[in-house]
Amino acid sequence: MEVGRIVKVAGPLVVAEGMSGAKMYDVALVSEKKLLGEIIELKGDLASIQVYEETAGVGPGEPVFPTGAPLSVELGPGLIRSIYDGVERPLDVIASIAGEFITRGIHVPALDRKKKWHFKPTKKKGDRIESGDVIGEVQETELVIHKIMVPPGIRGELLEIKEGEYTVEEPVAVVKTPEGERKEIIMMQKWPVRKPRPYREKVLPVELMVTGQRVIDTFFPVTKGGTACVPGPFGSGKTVIQHQLAKWSDADIVVYIGCGERGNEMTDVLIEFPELKDPRSGLPLMERTVLIANTSNMPVAAREASVYTGITIAEYFRDMGYSVALMADSTSRWAEAMREISGRLEEMPGEEGYPAYLAARVATFYERAGRVKCLGSPEREGALTVIGAVSPPGGDLSDPVVQATLRVVKVFWSLEDKLAYRRHFPAINWLTSYSLYRDISKEWLEKNVAPDFFDLTNEAMRILEKEAELEEIVRLVGVENLSQEDQLLLEIARSIREDFLHQNAFHEVDTYSSLKKQYLMLQTILFFYKKLKELVSRGQTVAELKKLPTWERIARMKYSTEDKIEEVVKSIREEIENAVSVS
Amino acid sequence: MPSLSLNSKKFIEYQAVNDISGPLLLVEGVEDVKYAELVEIILPNGETRHGQVLQVEQDKALIQVFEGTTGIDTPKTKVRFLARGIELPLSVDMLGRVFDGLGRPIDGGPEIIAEERRDINGAPINPYSRDYPNEFIQTGISAIDGLNTLVRGQKLPIFSGSGLPHNKLAAQIARQAKVLGEQEEFAVVFGAMGITFEEAEFFINDFKKTGALERTVLFLNLADDPAIERIATPRVVLTTAEYLAFAKHYHVLVILTDMTNYCEALREISAARKEVPGRRGYPGYLYTDLATIYERAGRIKGKKGSITLIPILTMPEDDKTHPIPDLTGYITEGQIILSRGLHRKKIYPPIDVLPSLSRLKDKGIGEGKTREDHSDVFNQLFAAYARGKEAQELAVILGEAALSEMDKLYYKFADIFEERYVGQGEYEDRSIFQTLDLGWELLSMFPRSELKRIRDEYLDKYLPRFQKEES
Ligand SMILES: Nc1ncnc2c1ncn2[C@@H]1O[C@H](COP(=O)(O)OP(=O)(O)OP(=O)(O)O)[C@@H](O)[C@H]1O
Ligand SMILES: [Mg+2]
Repeated sequence: MEVGRIVKVAGPLVVAEGMSGAKMYDVALVSEKKLLGEIIELKGDLASIQVYEETAGVGPGEPVFPTGAPLSVELGPGLIRSIYDGVERPLDVIASIAGEFITRGIHVPALDRKKKWHFKPTKKKGDRIESGDVIGEVQETELVIHKIMVPPGIRGELLEIKEGEYTVEEPVAVVKTPEGERKEIIMMQKWPVRKPRPYREKVLPVELMVTGQRVIDTFFPVTKGGTACVPGPFGSGKTVIQHQLAKWSDADIVVYIGCGERGNEMTDVLIEFPELKDPRSGLPLMERTVLIANTSNMPVAAREASVYTGITIAEYFRDMGYSVALMADSTSRWAEAMREISGRLEEMPGEEGYPAYLAARVATFYERAGRVKCLGSPEREGALTVIGAVSPPGGDLSDPVVQATLRVVKVFWSLEDKLAYRRHFPAINWLTSYSLYRDISKEWLEKNVAPDFFDLTNEAMRILEKEAELEEIVRLVGVENLSQEDQLLLEIARSIREDFLHQNAFHEVDTYSSLKKQYLMLQTILFFYKKLKELVSRGQTVAELKKLPTWERIARMKYSTEDKIEEVVKSIREEIENAVSVS
Repeated sequence: MPSLSLNSKKFIEYQAVNDISGPLLLVEGVEDVKYAELVEIILPNGETRHGQVLQVEQDKALIQVFEGTTGIDTPKTKVRFLARGIELPLSVDMLGRVFDGLGRPIDGGPEIIAEERRDINGAPINPYSRDYPNEFIQTGISAIDGLNTLVRGQKLPIFSGSGLPHNKLAAQIARQAKVLGEQEEFAVVFGAMGITFEEAEFFINDFKKTGALERTVLFLNLADDPAIERIATPRVVLTTAEYLAFAKHYHVLVILTDMTNYCEALREISAARKEVPGRRGYPGYLYTDLATIYERAGRIKGKKGSITLIPILTMPEDDKTHPIPDLTGYITEGQIILSRGLHRKKIYPPIDVLPSLSRLKDKGIGEGKTREDHSDVFNQLFAAYARGKEAQELAVILGEAALSEMDKLYYKFADIFEERYVGQGEYEDRSIFQTLDLGWELLSMFPRSELKRIRDEYLDKYLPRFQKEES
């Protein structure tokens, strides 16, 4: 391919001439330093290239080498436990080559070329295969069996397939195509990041993604294959929620994208995840996690690419039939990267300077989530759940990125700084947040936890709504002027907020609650409420009832471990029954 | 046509300034110019200024001039491209010295004999190579140590307002900060951007008085110094800090004041480039730009030193949602917010603890770091103070009499807490144990059943010591 010549450098944007052979979204290497870039605009023989590395020291006259291939990721064994930058360069390998500071022009493959993996066939010689078929397995980590799938565009009859130790580039099987050609299959695939991976058919999500976070699971649940967003001002808890979901949600695979956020937050994951145990398997959580890190001081154009790199990896695991959860923290930084590049391209700005195609890009991104029937055999379903944090300026929800996101996602966890200041965490506002998956969760909770669970959640929500109304009145007339019933409701609402919704991510027990525990806790609070109502109707005052020791025991339920909670709850119930029968 | 002349250093000199707009120069007919290259501008009177290439297109280079463009005229000014970025000569001899905002000595002392020269833009720390900040720094200030704990390698800004004592507070932190039980090489790198002579003197005198000056490096760009120079100052400061921390093993505390002036300089450049402005005229890339400064703080695996960063900024109109504090808060690991209300009540330091936050505190406190009960005590103090403030608000509308008995107690607590816990002397250095015990003492005014956020075992262990005899 022809070598182009730089005519302009403006920050991350480089314009080159003599590029008539190039295509949109092709990768180009910029200058003799071979800086990685992607073509994002073509006008005649002028190509505008967003460069994923620092461009200082680059100038007009230097060469540009088009590669003729779109920006792609490598997919295969070795992804799990990796930490990649926005264009899938392994940061650990870069550190071993370049030291603690990232230097330019380093090209390292995403997947280790030397490592041997043990491949076990699940098909045999003579089998007919087609794209998407699982032909074998690799035990990638203790938690993850990596399914080796026939890459797109290949079908035919298996001529050879053998168990053994292979690198990602060595053929594990040979196929005879209908045209009579011999084609080798290797474990590694490449896929262009901006193109969604194919599947047979999308189906509606039906299963809850259990997160162990009480306010989420009981009030605003997300499904496997669903979409959610977490907007909030700085310090309101977006990252902690994303980390909590990455830790505790019952997905098979987690892809975590640190997009334009803090370096220390990635370090936190790298240090903490290998030590945390998956509550189901008891194995380290890192064994199912892939990290993508483009921290806020890393080149801005790679930030734009990082969300696509992440979601393509996530789709690849979905195609194996896994339930994958992807967290992107924060999608606002991705949008800002788009805005910056768009500004340098001198495009017509839309709202707040964002490009006019912002909403379309956001929608296309979230549309890559979903529950799908995968291509090929055996028949299997995969799910990709996407949860994006949004960081609006000043926490203002009229921000174009928030608005574009709310138009497509089904769950809205609204973080509020007022709650965060009071250290009510997770600072999810229970009145303004919503989940459009509550219908699904009704069925699911009734079937999998308890028939009355969903009704309890409704009752609790009603109490909190009533509380908000009463608070208006209190503000005018004071608490003492409310009826005893209403005063009791306020006390119970406080208990639901502080003893149930409030959940400390850093407390060793409280950090995760099983659905059973969530159910028992809520049930106990509402049972207490029912009994107290009886007492109030028999003339007892709330002031007297507040003296019951039960309040404090309820407040401590969340610190009971999973194996003790049933016992604890039982004894609290007994105490309540006694209190009622004495009076 | 440009007049080319080869000077002794073999750099091409152009006499082709074509356009001047605000702090920017447009030079035409250039060859082989690189993006972000350092430029020397020689005025007709022989004065030399410095600039940097912001954009280069064909034979046209757009240059920002650090010292401003006054006095530059199009026909006679010469421009020389230096084929490198802005580099800073570095050495441990910088300790105890005073430099201008671009790193040139202004204290009458000798030039620095460089042990090493580094580009002031640095390079991003590989997130894989970072080590998580988790060592407790005792500042001796209860509102920080107890509730918004600072750790080594953290970036924790002070959000202030004009007229509030942020300088006193920063100086007190610099004076008192220590890691318990350790004697290690400690240095302060101080960067002033657009602050007044008086403010700068305050810091210098304070450092002198406490003998801290010889382990301090000062970079001063004062209010009457060129505004565009401020764009380089924080980078010069952090390049020095990185050198001291990661090449020379110092624990470095960096103070940058006032970031608001830095951002204004950036806005000036952006406006001169006629870029599409973001909120309040600040450029859309303000977040990324600030991040390339703030993210240089931290720790690195296998390195002894660290960079702890305390940027100070004054919030225009005390507005936390103004783009400068807002974007800063999105990058830093928490924030210390000063309150005009507390300042009026004569409470020093006037730290508004409710919206203040140290994100890294959880890793820096607890058994073996501070004390086992730390986390529970601060949760409880927060909750109690928040409820107390709410009660006070309610009382404004309804009168104190309308509050429940319990709310009255919280009301009282909030006042005592502000006065005794938040409030302390400018030279009062409280140990973390004094701070924690003070917390217990104040909480003991509540019945035990109200202390829901503290574990039973700690209540059993600590509370009796502080409870007054009940009659
Ligand atoms: N569930 C929780 N339990 C306990 N503390 C929490 C919880 N959620 C948030 N916090 C506290 O709030 C702080 C800020 O949270 P986080 O870092 O998630 O904010 P953020 O919304 O991601 O902010 P930014 O936009 O600046 O990244 C945390 O460091 C922690 O102290
Ligand atoms: Mg965050």
